[in-house]
Amino acid sequence: MTVVHSAPKIASNDGVQETLTGALDDMVMASSEEHGEIIITVTRDRIEDALRLLRDDHDYQQLMEIAGADYPDRAERFEVVYMLLSLTKNHRIMVKVNAAESTPVPTVTTIWPVAGWLEREVFDMYGVIFAGNPDLRRILTDYGFEGHPFRKDFPLTGYVELRYSEEDKRVVYEPVQLAQDLRSFDFMSPWEGADYILPGDEKAEEGDA
Amino acid sequence: MSTFQIEESPTTGDEVISNYTINFGPQHPAAHGVLRMVMELDGEIIERVDPHVGLLHRGTEKLIEHKTYLQALPYFDRLDYCSPLAMEHSYVLAIEKLLNIEVPERAQYLRVLFAELSRICNHMLNLGSHVMDVGAMTPNLWMFEIREDCLNFFERASGARMHMAWFRPGGVHQDVPLKLLTDMADWLDTRLPELFEDAMSLVVDNRIFKQRNVDIAVVSKEDAVSWGFSGPMIRGAGIPWDLRKSQPYDAYAKMDFEVPVGTNSDCYDRFMVRVEEVRQSARIMKQCLAEMPEGPVASDDRKVTPPKRGEMKQSMEALIHHFKLYTEGFHVPAGEVYVATESPKGEFGVYLVSDGSNKPYRCKIRPTAFSHLQAMDMMCKGHMLPDATAILGAIDVVFGECDR
Repeated sequence: MTVVHSAPKIASNDGVQETLTGALDDMVMASSEEHGEIIITVTRDRIEDALRLLRDDHDYQQLMEIAGADYPDRAERFEVVYMLLSLTKNHRIMVKVNAAESTPVPTVTTIWPVAGWLEREVFDMYGVIFAGNPDLRRILTDYGFEGHPFRKDFPLTGYVELRYSEEDKRVVYEPVQLAQDLRSFDFMSPWEGADYILPGDEKAEEGDA
Repeated sequence: MSTFQIEESPTTGDEVISNYTINFGPQHPAAHGVLRMVMELDGEIIERVDPHVGLLHRGTEKLIEHKTYLQALPYFDRLDYCSPLAMEHSYVLAIEKLLNIEVPERAQYLRVLFAELSRICNHMLNLGSHVMDVGAMTPNLWMFEIREDCLNFFERASGARMHMAWFRPGGVHQDVPLKLLTDMADWLDTRLPELFEDAMSLVVDNRIFKQRNVDIAVVSKEDAVSWGFSGPMIRGAGIPWDLRKSQPYDAYAKMDFEVPVGTNSDCYDRFMVRVEEVRQSARIMKQCLAEMPEGPVASDDRKVTPPKRGEMKQSMEALIHHFKLYTEGFHVPAGEVYVATESPKGEFGVYLVSDGSNKPYRCKIRPTAFSHLQAMDMMCKGHMLPDATAILGAIDVVFGECDR
């Protein structure tokens, strides 16, 4: 596919994927190159070794970001994505690990001090536990917040709302009460959008089966 | 005198006076927003800083997951409200990278032109407030004059002074009138250099200003890299790293400009890097104005960019496209990209995951100030309490972006 967009141009991806998967060897679970992005999935227990190898031997000096993502259908529902940047080679890659709620991911604060807050954020938002992070507190949510708001099963409105109580002379939390339902329209084309259930039309399904 | 003495007084004898802990913020004029820093002080020396962020957390990333790609765009204006177009830039480029659509050349020039205007606008606020944090008043007022001019230009291009929502996937929303471009060129030649150089002449060689900034928060190159610094913070440390230069996007590859770097890696260097960036931005804007071609300002791919209003009145197909784009929105091919641009504050990245539908599956925003603020503890250690405001000012932190 020829590239026609005008997004940032990094150094060529030619052969990088092969070199890196070769170097990471048995740590690699999967790797891909799509949309000009090289993504390498490594085994969770080896993430620290993998990133240290990429930093020391392959010049990916900077860890720019750690992103969490939630895929509830999977057995290990969370993905933790490390964005690496090489200042000398002018190149970017992404390294991924999978994790579940009960499987801690080894911390990379030993390699980059910047990982401290980035891991705290993923922990706060998704509840992924980073083993060895010296300061794994919540960071963006309120003091005393419960739950992990960016999980797909956490409602957009949240569970509690905050207001100032004139009687108590302080702010109080109350269960969220919406004055009107949260509007969620389905604008998808009927033939590619929601699976509409037509009462009394069960026979059509049986016919297919 | 008598031998009167209070027994076991905490301040007598060999007993060590314990450090005390104070709150800096959350409502502090020098915190540039809602930042709470728990500081452990030994007298007036900072021993430890624990910044508490998140007081402005609005769950933008979660909200974006529930909006179509186009509806999510205005959220980016509200991240870093001092340089809204720079935030939109990363987002539209991320969408375009997934869609792989071509942006017409005029649109690329317009984007670069207004991204640089945002940079000037942002630096006016930051330089001014940094100067004010360390005690001077006048330059800030002069630089707000420039900022006012910038906001007027934004208003004339998009109708909104701050939250423009003017960059769109595939180009920009509307073309600009010729008079706006000529006015901008006049402004770059007359008002901007006059006001800016006047304001700077009061500051850059000022003894008090230097006393407050030189040798404050010196960060080594190694630290700057390992703490994830970017933008003026990494350039202040002497590393010539500018995404506009090294990873050019839109029309930046055609622009001729220089990347200023610091030598001493202190707050003064960070300030001076920004000062020079304003001049370089003006230079880029002049090139844009001189070289900007005529032509369309948005992609002609009707599955992504809506048709013109006039066309809608004539063509049935245009009407259908318009309706579908503003209700269902366009679909983005499945995949994931991380696109980072050089925002005035540093690397602003968007990690966009698409599942092929009309809404982003996940949109992670990489704020610039988050990593910089994390290094506050490292940078403040051993400095005086008033230096903390100078260090914060030199980070250029805006909480809309930091907390998202």
